[in-house]
Amino acid sequence: MQKMKLVMVGNGMAGMRTIEELLKIAPGLYDITVFGAELHPNYNRILLSPVLAGEQTTQDIVLNSMDWYAENGIHLHLGKKIGRIDRKRRVVEAEDGTCAEYDRLLLATGSNPFMLPVPGADLPGVISFRDISDVEAMINASSQYRRAVVIGGGLLGLEAANGLKQRGMDVSVVHIGSWLMERQLDEPAARLLQKNLETKGLKFLLQKQTAELVKGESGRVCAVNFKDGDSVPADLVVMAVGIRPNTALAESAGIHCDRGIVVNDTLQTYDPRIYAVGECVSHRGVAYGLVAPLFEQAKVAANHLAEYGIGRYEGSVTSTKLKVTGIDLFSAGDFVGGEGTESLVFSDPSSGDYKKVVIKDNKLVGACLYGDTINGAWYFDLLREGTDISQFRKTLLFGQHHLGDSGHGPAEHVAALPDKAEICGCNGVCKGDIVKAIVDKKLFTLDEVRAHTKASSSCGSCTGLVEAVLAHTVGGDYSAAPSKKPLCKCTEHSHDEVIAAIKDQPLKTMRAVFDFLEWKTPDGCASCRPALNYYLLARWPGEYQDDAQSRFINERAHGNIQKDGTFSVVPRMWGGLTNPRELRAIADVAEKFKVPEVKVTGGQRIDLFGVKKEDLPAMWQDLSAAGFVSGHAYGKALRTVKTCVGAKWCRFGTQDSTGLGVKLEQLTWGSWMPHKFKLAVSGCPRNCAEATIKDFGVVCVDSGYELHVGGNGGIKVRVTDLLCKVETEAQVMEYCGAFTQLYREEAHYLERTAPWVERVGLNYIKGRIVDDAAGRAALFERFKYGQQFAQVDPWKERAEGVDAAEFQTIRITA
Amino acid sequence: MSDWIAIAKFDDLPRMGARVVQFDTVRVAVFRTSSDEVFAVKDACPHRGGPLSQGIVHGTLVTCPLHNWRIDLATGEAVQPDQGCAHTYQTRVEAGQVYLRLAAGKSAAATESCASHA
Repeated sequence: MQKMKLVMVGNGMAGMRTIEELLKIAPGLYDITVFGAELHPNYNRILLSPVLAGEQTTQDIVLNSMDWYAENGIHLHLGKKIGRIDRKRRVVEAEDGTCAEYDRLLLATGSNPFMLPVPGADLPGVISFRDISDVEAMINASSQYRRAVVIGGGLLGLEAANGLKQRGMDVSVVHIGSWLMERQLDEPAARLLQKNLETKGLKFLLQKQTAELVKGESGRVCAVNFKDGDSVPADLVVMAVGIRPNTALAESAGIHCDRGIVVNDTLQTYDPRIYAVGECVSHRGVAYGLVAPLFEQAKVAANHLAEYGIGRYEGSVTSTKLKVTGIDLFSAGDFVGGEGTESLVFSDPSSGDYKKVVIKDNKLVGACLYGDTINGAWYFDLLREGTDISQFRKTLLFGQHHLGDSGHGPAEHVAALPDKAEICGCNGVCKGDIVKAIVDKKLFTLDEVRAHTKASSSCGSCTGLVEAVLAHTVGGDYSAAPSKKPLCKCTEHSHDEVIAAIKDQPLKTMRAVFDFLEWKTPDGCASCRPALNYYLLARWPGEYQDDAQSRFINERAHGNIQKDGTFSVVPRMWGGLTNPRELRAIADVAEKFKVPEVKVTGGQRIDLFGVKKEDLPAMWQDLSAAGFVSGHAYGKALRTVKTCVGAKWCRFGTQDSTGLGVKLEQLTWGSWMPHKFKLAVSGCPRNCAEATIKDFGVVCVDSGYELHVGGNGGIKVRVTDLLCKVETEAQVMEYCGAFTQLYREEAHYLERTAPWVERVGLNYIKGRIVDDAAGRAALFERFKYGQQFAQVDPWKERAEGVDAAEFQTIRITA
Repeated sequence: MSDWIAIAKFDDLPRMGARVVQFDTVRVAVFRTSSDEVFAVKDACPHRGGPLSQGIVHGTLVTCPLHNWRIDLATGEAVQPDQGCAHTYQTRVEAGQVYLRLAAGKSAAATESCASHA
């Protein structure tokens, strides 16, 4: 079969990203031809500023080398501008007469710099700041001339001005507004920026409107005249007043344009054979000029071109950073605020720090930071996720306290970190390694950095820091994760969409999920299979057949795999209570199976280390005979209920905390969870059982029981939120069961209660568990129903021969 | 043909799973994929020696249980951007019996499949 022909007009970042995505998911589907008006292969336009500033060379910023096009069989026409599209015959024609037929056409014509329509705008020495040739012209001018004027005090203008200053020119920035970067900054932040740039030697002429560019004796521009009569001498004028989507070609072909080529959510124009991506596009009335949304568009367009057709582009929230070395600013969303919004502001002019966040209906809607911008990524996340911030509103301005708990001071500035500072403690990745990978391998996204360096790929606690390094290295408008995060690379669907489909369709087998949601891989991957297995198990207790091959080895073998491939065994001790008979049995087992190490765990259990997999069933048989069941210390499951001694012995105890702990453990043991789940019961507010860092903690008081939720003592220590106070043990049991079931039904797989509570908000949980008595009772009923099927001891089953092959090694001797 | 060793019944291999075969000198993981193909790989991840036999099998890949490297069962190669290669062994299935070639096939297959990292 003959391949379909795909022609792309425009050889820039958005277009080429679309081609790369397409080659990844459907290699060989199209015969691809690319026309580029410039003479260069695809390069990183964002990094023109560092090239101008002399920090990088044009070679450094090439994204796809000429060899890359050849290796991928792409016909590349450089220096050829397409002048005409014949939509009837489906042919494009370049100005030099080169023609190409298409089945699908992709327009990625980008944007043009806007030149002020003033007299003298066409003089020699007047240029824009858009492509490599502009940068070359500026570099040339800087070696021959002294005085530069940049018209436009926005992002691009300031970067141009900074670059020219670095090149030794005397630079004035002319701006019509009353402060710089008014589309990204509010006035106080802009003043700090201006002050900082002035110390670097830049001059500013604000609220000046350009009237005319004056021709000198040599014929070159020599001055800029303003409407108020002032004038400033200039040997070079750079116009950076904005960009306009380049729609000329599309308009000439009769494709509907409205300040951009109008596209739908699959990036198709009004002619469905013709797609458009990038700065030339108007999507839902918005034209984007930053790289992150353009890459999101590219992904969706590629997906549709590959005939998957499941992706949708639904618009982006964007954030900005200025790429001027030594200056850190960040802004996102509605940072000005208006009616119905509230602003929280922190300002410390002498240290050059300014932070403002704008809140509406308890949600972050905008942020503007100058100086310390390390929390930018976090604010951006809160903004995109629409997180309810009412619970941490008071500390919001001071950032995510836990960022960098694994060995970094919380306030440490990522830019100031030395190259050998460790960013990812799990995988031993230093800042220098990450920066090198980003630069050498030309990485843009967190996923790419994770894949290449492993930074933040294990526990994830350093994700914010890695994002900060990424943002700082590529200059800020790096490709942040799309607002809708797919469950894994096998699907476009998010956790919530998968959970909803399993419930509503209903889907009762993994194959049904793969088919209905059009999974991209034949049988998933090591990320999605355990998640789906859990979702199905939690939603259809008693119906869904648990799939051992979709479980991580710990849950398949019912023990914790250790680095040497042996396993550890933790028998359950209800509420942490034990007795001489049980201890004797554990001692006997440890001796019989030559257990090399015995340790008491943080959850008040005994851990037997270094057990060979083959020995597990026999060991469990002995433990089972002594009355033990699995402690599930290996599972995304109810782990332990930690207790203090309580009223029975302690002179401070107010209630029977140990007895209540045993009851809670008997209620909840065996249940599978999105992640590990820990309980504790303390007998008085001295809280010896550390109940306030547990997923569900009970603190007994004289008049009843305080119930606490969402605590975590692990990677990020988080103290629980108080859910409510109840009066009886029966109520504790019901609230505990209901809360557990809500978590089981709604949290994402591998999401602990702490981030879950932060994501959905404590108010939501209170609404479901405390305020809605009928809902609470129903949740509790569903929990108890599921427990019928879950409370089967996996150790006893295996001691009796279930899954015997899993534990047997085949031995072949010569 | 004497170097082909009978190791297990095909039905004893769990679909999308593995069995460990311990020879005198080497521990081999024998995998069966969802499409019932059989592969044999040395049971040691090229990263830090993790037991690949204990990983989750998807397509013709296995994900190492220790640090999530993905290894191609056919070639032993780690999936990019990770770099490394595990030794592979030839297998065949005949009349419900799985055979593995250890001695002669070993060096040849290993050299071939891991050539790029030699």
